[in-house]
Amino acid sequence: MSRVLIIADHDGSQLGSGTSRCVTAAVKLGAAEVHVAVLAAARGGIAAQAAELAGVSKVLVVERAENAHQLAAVLAPQVVKLAAGYEYVIAAANTFGKDLLPRVAALLGVGQVSDLMFVESAYRFRRPTYAGNAIVTIESPPDVKLVATIRTASFAAAGSGGSAPIEAASTDAVLPTHTRFVSINAAKTDRPELQSASRVVSGGRALASSENFHLIYTLAARLGAAVGASRAAVDAGYVPSDMQVGQTGKIIAPELYMAIGISGAIQHLTGIKDARTIVAINKDAEAPIFEVADVGLVGDLFKIVPELTALLGKGST
Amino acid sequence: MKILVGIKRVVDYNVRVRVKPDGSGVALDGVKMSINPFDEIALEEALRIRERNQASEVIAVAIGPEDVQTQLRSALAMGADRAILVKCDQPLEPQGVARALLAVITREQVGLAILGKQAIDDDAGQTGQMLAAMWGRPQVTFASKLELQGDTAQVTREVDSGLETLSIDLPAVITTDLRLNEPRYIKLPDIMKAKKKPLVLTDLAALGVTVVPQFRVVKTEPPVPRARGIMVKDVPELVAELRKRGVVS
Repeated sequence: MSRVLIIADHDGSQLGSGTSRCVTAAVKLGAAEVHVAVLAAARGGIAAQAAELAGVSKVLVVERAENAHQLAAVLAPQVVKLAAGYEYVIAAANTFGKDLLPRVAALLGVGQVSDLMFVESAYRFRRPTYAGNAIVTIESPPDVKLVATIRTASFAAAGSGGSAPIEAASTDAVLPTHTRFVSINAAKTDRPELQSASRVVSGGRALASSENFHLIYTLAARLGAAVGASRAAVDAGYVPSDMQVGQTGKIIAPELYMAIGISGAIQHLTGIKDARTIVAINKDAEAPIFEVADVGLVGDLFKIVPELTALLGKGST
Repeated sequence: MKILVGIKRVVDYNVRVRVKPDGSGVALDGVKMSINPFDEIALEEALRIRERNQASEVIAVAIGPEDVQTQLRSALAMGADRAILVKCDQPLEPQGVARALLAVITREQVGLAILGKQAIDDDAGQTGQMLAAMWGRPQVTFASKLELQGDTAQVTREVDSGLETLSIDLPAVITTDLRLNEPRYIKLPDIMKAKKKPLVLTDLAALGVTVVPQFRVVKTEPPVPRARGIMVKDVPELVAELRKRGVVS
């Protein structure tokens, strides 16, 4: 029976949403034991949150001052030490896991499966290529440690109610000092996190200005939704880049996705095609977004969005 | 300081790829091929550094079949000083590419390697990080701003929570995100000039690199299409439809 080590994503105090998706993937891999490694300066609430995830059998905590910032060059040698005895080492395919795991794989002398989206069997998986336009099935030999990033949109979040033991772990890994954290410029917001929100409202270039994005924020607030944007809107400077949804931004799978004034470039569609219900509002009836939308409405967003916001306010949402 | 830029030949980003009916892969016959867009951004950044006199030479390096010379000539036309093609007819996994690049870096005494954050064909996003690990040097992935200061660099990267800035010692590996720069267009005289620039062919054996693939590709399939949606005529109809589907109450 196999053992899976999940490297937890976190912000220094809270567990990230990717870890829970990794637990679900680990269970599908047929893991007998699912361990979550938390590498942080101090465990804060992170370890306890990981221990509560249903399916986790143990939480390993490595507390070192050097782990205050999630630097791949600093974390990778520690993960390599922790990885001994595990058949699988996985992390979420968010910017944390994408940065860290290939470095871990190379230090282990093995390859990596990126964006693992479906487990066919213990060593047979599917992953997207060509921006999701070609899905490949690949096999890895059972005698090689499998390092993989997990496409979070493809796996449900694990339930809660677990009570895994939390153990302090230490590694004697020598850590480099050639990489130093300087600063993080994080957008502070009361809105739900884009990556894990069950509802997302996104705006595109048709919003035409940063100011007009208030229409999107207002509608999102009414729905309790996170706010996203197309690459065109980000490139035009209407919103910051961390709001970009798509192949080169965030890949999301909310219950409800509303694309407003977004034409639907292929790289945007790649980021949303696992959403359960896609609503498109666009003045161009020929826009490609309507090819993937479950419900489409052709018209002027500057009239439609305020009306929609008002109407949704009449019932409870 | 020499800068190495990784160049990968991929299906042009404007081409709608088709999966072959027999599941053996993506149809590539007669399809337009280009430099991976993230690699163009890497090259542009290297050129800007050289133009600020912070680098002496920009070397474009590709690994693949002889056809890849076309993309390396484009890189030379954009402004790279010389190019190296590591000939290899078998498909390589990122691990193998990283080992080949490291062999070139060691021979050429490279001070900075700039690669794309991912190639738009396999979307693996691994090579830069693997190269940095094998080299034992810093990595900064998803870079959106790069400033060299002597033997160090200050690099801003796009992460899920915002923009993170790191300070690193050189040599190092940087992988590029979209907003790092906008690559220049190639002018006709540059294409003529590029024909005279050195493009050296070598191979994995000459570099002392052996590669054994780990993964076996079983099949390639198109994605499952979404069911056809419906069009509504106005906002009340939209809201009624959403309530009917239970996505808003």
